[in-house]
Amino acid sequence: MRAKALKRPPSTAGPRPAKFWRLRLYVAGQTPKSLTAFSNLKKICESHLNGRYKIEVIDLLERPELSRGDQILALPTLVRKLPEPVRKIIGDLSDTERVLVGLDLRTAL
Amino acid sequence: MKNNGHQLTSPAAFLPKCPTGIQGLDEITSGGLPRGRPTLVCGSAGCGKTLFAIEFLVRGAVQFGEAGVFMSFEETGAELKANVMSLGFDLAGLVREKKILIEHVHIERNEIHETGEYDLEGLFVRLNHAIDSIGAKRVVLDTLEALFAGLPNEAILRAELRRLFRWLKDKGVTAVITAERGREQLTRHGLEEYVSDCVILLDHKVNDQIATRHLRVVKYRGAQHGTNEFPFLIGADGISVLPITSLALNHKVSNRRIATGIPRLDAMLGGKGFFRGSSILLSGTSGTGKTIIAANFAQAAAKRGERVLFFSFEESPNQIIRNMRSIGLRLEPLVKDGLLRFHSARPSLYGLEMHLATIFKEIAAFNPEVVIIDPITSLMASGTDSECKGMVTRLIDYLKAGQVTSLFTSLTQTTHSVNQSESEMSSLMDAWILLQDFEGNGERNRVLYVLKARGMAHSNQIREFLISDRGIDVVDAYIGPSGVLTGSARAAQGALEKAAVLAGQQEAAQLKREVDRKRTALERQIGGMRSDYESEAMELRRIAEQVGTRTFVLGTERAASGLLRQADVKVPSNTRNHGRNGKLHG
Repeated sequence: MRAKALKRPPSTAGPRPAKFWRLRLYVAGQTPKSLTAFSNLKKICESHLNGRYKIEVIDLLERPELSRGDQILALPTLVRKLPEPVRKIIGDLSDTERVLVGLDLRTAL
Repeated sequence: MKNNGHQLTSPAAFLPKCPTGIQGLDEITSGGLPRGRPTLVCGSAGCGKTLFAIEFLVRGAVQFGEAGVFMSFEETGAELKANVMSLGFDLAGLVREKKILIEHVHIERNEIHETGEYDLEGLFVRLNHAIDSIGAKRVVLDTLEALFAGLPNEAILRAELRRLFRWLKDKGVTAVITAERGREQLTRHGLEEYVSDCVILLDHKVNDQIATRHLRVVKYRGAQHGTNEFPFLIGADGISVLPITSLALNHKVSNRRIATGIPRLDAMLGGKGFFRGSSILLSGTSGTGKTIIAANFAQAAAKRGERVLFFSFEESPNQIIRNMRSIGLRLEPLVKDGLLRFHSARPSLYGLEMHLATIFKEIAAFNPEVVIIDPITSLMASGTDSECKGMVTRLIDYLKAGQVTSLFTSLTQTTHSVNQSESEMSSLMDAWILLQDFEGNGERNRVLYVLKARGMAHSNQIREFLISDRGIDVVDAYIGPSGVLTGSARAAQGALEKAAVLAGQQEAAQLKREVDRKRTALERQIGGMRSDYESEAMELRRIAEQVGTRTFVLGTERAASGLLRQADVKVPSNTRNHGRNGKLHG
């Protein structure tokens, strides 16, 4: 799939309407790690996706039943729901380079 | 071994136990797993870890009313349900009733990208939510080691696992954590380092190409436990550990007797046969008629209306039926009536514990009054001696508890001496009948004798038994100058004795005739003498009469002549003369 993404010319990334990023960030309470993760994510999205994204933050302390659906073990976990396929990135997202690889954003730069 | 069975009371006082309900395990651990603490169950692939864990939960839910959470890192809920269906566990039903909750945790390393600091709080949240949603008291994590494959950062993982076990203890749930067996340590990733309360090791050994499962309690903090390796089996109703040493000897005993089907053998056993519910060993070399005697016993029992279960490890049911027909035992009507059931299996088909499980299952299903195992020695090939003894103990124990009479045949190798395993096994048996071959006179004959029969007066004699198309006939064996006489020698001896008796009889008859003859002769003689005497006596009387008559006649004649001669004074003169002479001499 990555190979397919690489084939795409960077110029066509802009006008394609399908490219919308739905991201879901799982946390458990307002821990330093979850706060860091959220601010890191915000930064990355601002600089790489400007407006073509939506972040949903789920606090598992409030809604533990939601941990099942996305098979959450580690926290914080960022799940890329769209575009398909689903990808998971764990950690506080401090390693920007790896987040970009994980989200498959490197080709959209 | 020394730790078993005797201290059921002491440790429970200070360490609460959580009964597993797994047969035998609670006996080994004197009550179960440590309550409110995690227990590590480790073992190599295919040794029954997952099953152990599921049974712990299912029995907890069904028998002890404790709900449980099964957190699976490998198999999905549907897979688990299907897997245990064959063991009679209605996992799906228990899940519907909210007594068990299956939480499948799926980790795919390819999907996960690690970017910085994280923890496993998500796992804790899920587990916590699962436990709280059904009020679980038991938790299974199967197997945590999948995390090591799914998460790249081992340092974080180890720290989180330590926290997890602490958390489980704080939560107060009794947890079973399964782990793969490692090369040099108990588990591949050293989980035993975190779980320090109880460690159970499951093992799958292959001995002579036959696999047997073993269970060992490696560690049990704060409690005494059996430290031995115990064979365990996975049967139709789950795991069953065989704690041989903790079997209690407190069976009910019966005074009722059960006939053997061979009247003379009954006579040898105090006239009434075996005790009901006793265990009988029938041993002999090959071709001594073990199966025949066993089949006789089976037929006799079935004809009395008792249910008989015949386990054959050498012959197929049809083969036995055919062979027994040749000696006049008709078994197929009894099979048709449902009184006799055969179960045949090759001894090498599976391991000892599986055989035992099958036997238990068949017995439970058929509920027989008599069980025959032919031969027990075939099963011995599928295990070590101690295992076999354990198995036989377990089997006898089980049968005795149900008042089932059991007959085991045993194939011995040597004719005269009793081999090791057999003598070990015999101590478990109540009665032991030995079948032997006797060679001599160019023929081979069979004899049997009662080696022991607990609790009854029994014959000490060696008897020969004959197998003919009418069945078995036990006859007296003659004791000759060179030992026991059997077969034609016995027949010859019998003929000799018969001839001697006949000769004696003839001699007596001869003597009787002689005496009779003598008496007749004597009587004849007496008759002759008597007639002689009578004729003489008659002659005498006749003569006497003649003499009398003559005297009278003479007298009369003289008187008459005296009168004529006037000689009446003659007599007085004579008298006077005689008196005068006396005077002269005086």
